[in-house]
Amino acid sequence: MTLNKSIAVTLALGAVCFMAYLADGARAAPPAEECDIPQSFVESEIDLPRTLTEIKDKHRLDVSVVGTGSSGLAGTEGARYAYPARLDEALKAHLKGFDVKVTAHVQPKQITAAMVSGMGKILSDDKPALVIWQAGTADALSGVEPEDFRSSLDQGVEQIQSADADVILMNMQYSPRTESMLDVSAYADVMRVVAQQRGALLFDRLALMHYWNDEGTFDLYAATKKYDMARRVHDCIGRGLASQIINAAHLDAVRMQTTR
Amino acid sequence: MFAKHMLVRPLAAASAPVPIGNERDLRLDLFRGVALWLIFLDHIPENIMNWFTIRNYGFSDATEIFIFISGYTAAFVYGRAMRERGIVIASARVLRRAWQIYVAHIFLFTIFMAEIAYVAATFDNPLYAEEMNILDFLKQPDITIFQALLLKFKPVNMDVLPLYIALLLFFPPMLWLLLWQPALALAGSALVYVLAWNFDWNLPAYPNGVWFFNPFAWQLLFVFGAWCALGGAQRLSPVLRSPAVLTVAIAYLLFAFAITLTWYIEPLQRFVPGWLSDWMYPIDKTNLDVLRFAHFLALAAVTVRFVPRDWPLLKSPLLRPAILCGQHSLEIFCLGVFLAFAGQFIIGEWSGGPLIQAAISLLGILIMIATASLISWYKHMEGRSPGSRVKSPDADLAGGEA
Repeated sequence: MTLNKSIAVTLALGAVCFMAYLADGARAAPPAEECDIPQSFVESEIDLPRTLTEIKDKHRLDVSVVGTGSSGLAGTEGARYAYPARLDEALKAHLKGFDVKVTAHVQPKQITAAMVSGMGKILSDDKPALVIWQAGTADALSGVEPEDFRSSLDQGVEQIQSADADVILMNMQYSPRTESMLDVSAYADVMRVVAQQRGALLFDRLALMHYWNDEGTFDLYAATKKYDMARRVHDCIGRGLASQIINAAHLDAVRMQTTR
Repeated sequence: MFAKHMLVRPLAAASAPVPIGNERDLRLDLFRGVALWLIFLDHIPENIMNWFTIRNYGFSDATEIFIFISGYTAAFVYGRAMRERGIVIASARVLRRAWQIYVAHIFLFTIFMAEIAYVAATFDNPLYAEEMNILDFLKQPDITIFQALLLKFKPVNMDVLPLYIALLLFFPPMLWLLLWQPALALAGSALVYVLAWNFDWNLPAYPNGVWFFNPFAWQLLFVFGAWCALGGAQRLSPVLRSPAVLTVAIAYLLFAFAITLTWYIEPLQRFVPGWLSDWMYPIDKTNLDVLRFAHFLALAAVTVRFVPRDWPLLKSPLLRPAILCGQHSLEIFCLGVFLAFAGQFIIGEWSGGPLIQAAISLLGILIMIATASLISWYKHMEGRSPGSRVKSPDADLAGGEA
């Protein structure tokens, strides 16, 4: 009897531990090498012609990332782990032998109208073939009217395109904890519309992070003071961006031509 | 006295279509009840049930239904009061109603503050350093709470009640004008709408920006609802009966549905011609875009056509829950906002899957129904059940239903 009981208790404890392990496993992120990014997030019907030309003709690629706080990470090592640096590394890994340079211009709390005033200098300094423009969060935080946000964004995209560079717009982070206080949906809608009207690409960070949270890839609801998860999220965003650029600029074909 | 005289004469001429003493139109309660459920579902961001709400199938959403019906019932209730008891009494009752809604709003704000304070105290994640700036206002509770009392600080999902308050504050003179010169009142309302669009009129919000629901724009829907209640609906009925109007309405609803599809199925976007999207976007909710207003009108035209006033199902127990909720809209709206907070919290804490989301949505609606039944029972006990005004003609329908 007692033996049976102790076996039962041990089994039950084992089962509980196993379930806890499973539950924990479900929440833990995949190893850094793989990011769960469905194809639909990185494929697009819009091309990046300017990016392709620069790669083909000049064997180089200059990318400018313009964004606010969520394009960086705090701390001395922050920039190294934030998605612009991760994108740089992913592109370099893919485009071996090419001169790839990703320059990040991160200004926390800067609303889009302010970013537009600084855009001219960035374009003339970096002479990018591609600008990744992360926007929307600062505007939502400052309560900029969506219509004003739209006209600023539209003006900026036009400016970039007339400087002969491709554009990828990146929307907000999905942030379930602040969702009930900070409604970003109107700003996300604006970005989708502007991208559509201007023939720019949209990197739907909002939907991708939402997907990760739903799938349990990352538990974005979790409270933590550590940087591990933030770094993994940025790494995956960098990789996702790289895949989107490679797809939209048809860089797979480029690599095949040069290696042959 | 003067006001009474002013009112009585012109009204006598146009009294035929005015629904004095008519039985309550249960369709209003039904659709307002359904709108309240939809608002509740839409307010839980992480919710699979969102896919069943109308905002995913066209331009307008439950807010339009809610504001229109609120205008309709306000005119129905206070219009009668103004005719029977005069302008002072009716205005006083409208303002008392605005006060009740104000108190309800502040009550919701308190619950909301508690949630925010909890999040601020427990949540930390370097990934969201930027987003957490939204909690900055907690550092200055003195200013924030005053701004909330002034209706300038309105957290997410708490915009509808301040709009309702603003609309009611301006309602007494508008109601008087509606009773005296309905066409003039409606034209005036449309003029304010147009001016608001042209001159960017809106009320300021805190910490910056403007009201999410621009009262100068949304008043059009409210006044239109009121106009319909005071005889406009009858005047419109020949128009609504015409097959051409029905065809146009259905065509427009299908068009809106097709456009909405392109928001969710990206490959479809290339079928939207550039000139159309240039002209159409953005479809502005803040200023009640004409496309949204038209979508609501089309929806209403089709609904009125297929759901007649004496629709037998309106008396069936099947629709009773929605009707009950619609009859106690203020209480149920507030409860819905609170339940949405709570539901979102539970879903977040448990990382709830679709099943939990559906269960929470359903449970929320059941709680809303149960509460509405309870309120109904209380009112019945006190001899003031809505719809049956036999006992006391002075029963304050407005207390719970306008």
